[in-house]
Amino acid sequence: MRVAAQIEIAAPPELVWAFVTDPTRTLHFMSGVTRWEIASPGNDRGLGARYRVLMRVGSAEVGGLVETVEFAEPYDMAWTSVTGVDQRGRWRLRHNGPSRTRVELRLSYGIAGAGIAGWIAERVAAPSVRDNLRRSVLELRRQVEHEQARARAAARRAAARAS
Amino acid sequence: MSGTQTAGPEAHNGHRRDAFGGAGEPLGGPGQHTPGLAGRVMHAVAGQVRGRVPVADLDERDPDYIRESLPRLWLLASLWFRGEVRGLGNIPDEGPVLLVGNHSGGNISPDTGVFTLAFSTYFGVERRFYQLAHNLVLSMPFLGFLRKYGTVAASPENAEQALDSGAALLVYPGGDHEVHRPSWEGNTVNFAGRRGFVRLALEHDVPIVPVVSIGGQETALFLSRGERLSRLLGLDRLLRLKVLPISVAAPWGLNVGDMLGHIPLPAKITIEVLPAIHLREQFGPEPDVDEVYDHVLETMQETLDALASERRLPILG
Repeated sequence: MRVAAQIEIAAPPELVWAFVTDPTRTLHFMSGVTRWEIASPGNDRGLGARYRVLMRVGSAEVGGLVETVEFAEPYDMAWTSVTGVDQRGRWRLRHNGPSRTRVELRLSYGIAGAGIAGWIAERVAAPSVRDNLRRSVLELRRQVEHEQARARAAARRAAARAS
Repeated sequence: MSGTQTAGPEAHNGHRRDAFGGAGEPLGGPGQHTPGLAGRVMHAVAGQVRGRVPVADLDERDPDYIRESLPRLWLLASLWFRGEVRGLGNIPDEGPVLLVGNHSGGNISPDTGVFTLAFSTYFGVERRFYQLAHNLVLSMPFLGFLRKYGTVAASPENAEQALDSGAALLVYPGGDHEVHRPSWEGNTVNFAGRRGFVRLALEHDVPIVPVVSIGGQETALFLSRGERLSRLLGLDRLLRLKVLPISVAAPWGLNVGDMLGHIPLPAKITIEVLPAIHLREQFGPEPDVDEVYDHVLETMQETLDALASERRLPILG
């Protein structure tokens, strides 16, 4: 089952990229995610970085160990599961005009071999997962744009002091 | 998954005695003189049960099977029981640990299923996780699949093997005594004085993690444990069954024995995992078993009271 959420953020991709690839920030904007821990000592981001990831869906926290399999700065970061529920996720960032970024968060999930119950469970869980992704990109936009406004204000204050 | 209980030092392969007051003699062994037709029937049943109790084999746990069945468990736990499990982070991330739970819901005990799902998704099916169960549960042909989840007969050997392998072990000291308590005692933790789990934790120097659940006793109307009836029929000696529960449950109506299980009402199941208790750190190098037992029971009862105060209506939660 594949779900996705999209949003446009008034900030350059580089700034959005700094947020989505920083594992210490993930829990601050990812809705429903209860764990995003670095599981690859010495490699906290980039190709091969591993994380223990859990998302609350229904009555369980579902996830497992994931590994970053694509890291094309500042446009694409994809991860896939090593253990736990089968999953593949992707942050897709694209320029959409000056200082604007179109952000898409995709997540495919399932359990191979689970049969009809797996098929049903994937669909029953979809609204909850989709809602988590939608809330996540909304919160990401809020945080990125807030960070950008704060940086601009700091720059203005610095300029005023210099003059 | 019911009647799960810990066993004590004198037990052997789940056939002798549990440390918490289980049957004192081998199944169908000497000293049993149940006369008449009923007696012969009971002996025959006891023989069948004894023959069916599988020899402990921790290797029967099948992580692939568990993984593939997670969607089924998830659907049941999320849609039917609206399960909510809190505090799984209190369980140490690795190493052996003794999970001690209160047990509810009769022979179809939803708390075990909800917790197994939560544990398996949180830590992954790769983490070894076993549950001790009553012989009768494991001898039922239609419950054979439980062994693939890591359910093994309650005996000290099985418990020791599980902990020695570095696994997490779930025990319900209250066992059949607690799981069939009347509905109006639903919010009481009742281990019937069974202290074997404390000795087990001390012998293996593993932390105890209390697991408190609520809602299971609302899945049917439990009227009585039927302890007198069980004694009268000799079930305590023959099948290690100290109870013959009487309940009102779907689809049977009046349900005596709950041997065929029942359809549980969709009561909300809430489970709270409490911080690990490291016995020697907390109680000194030679902890007093009674003191630890009282502490665990008191801690769990306080949590159960708090969970009960959150519930507004039975079943709905």
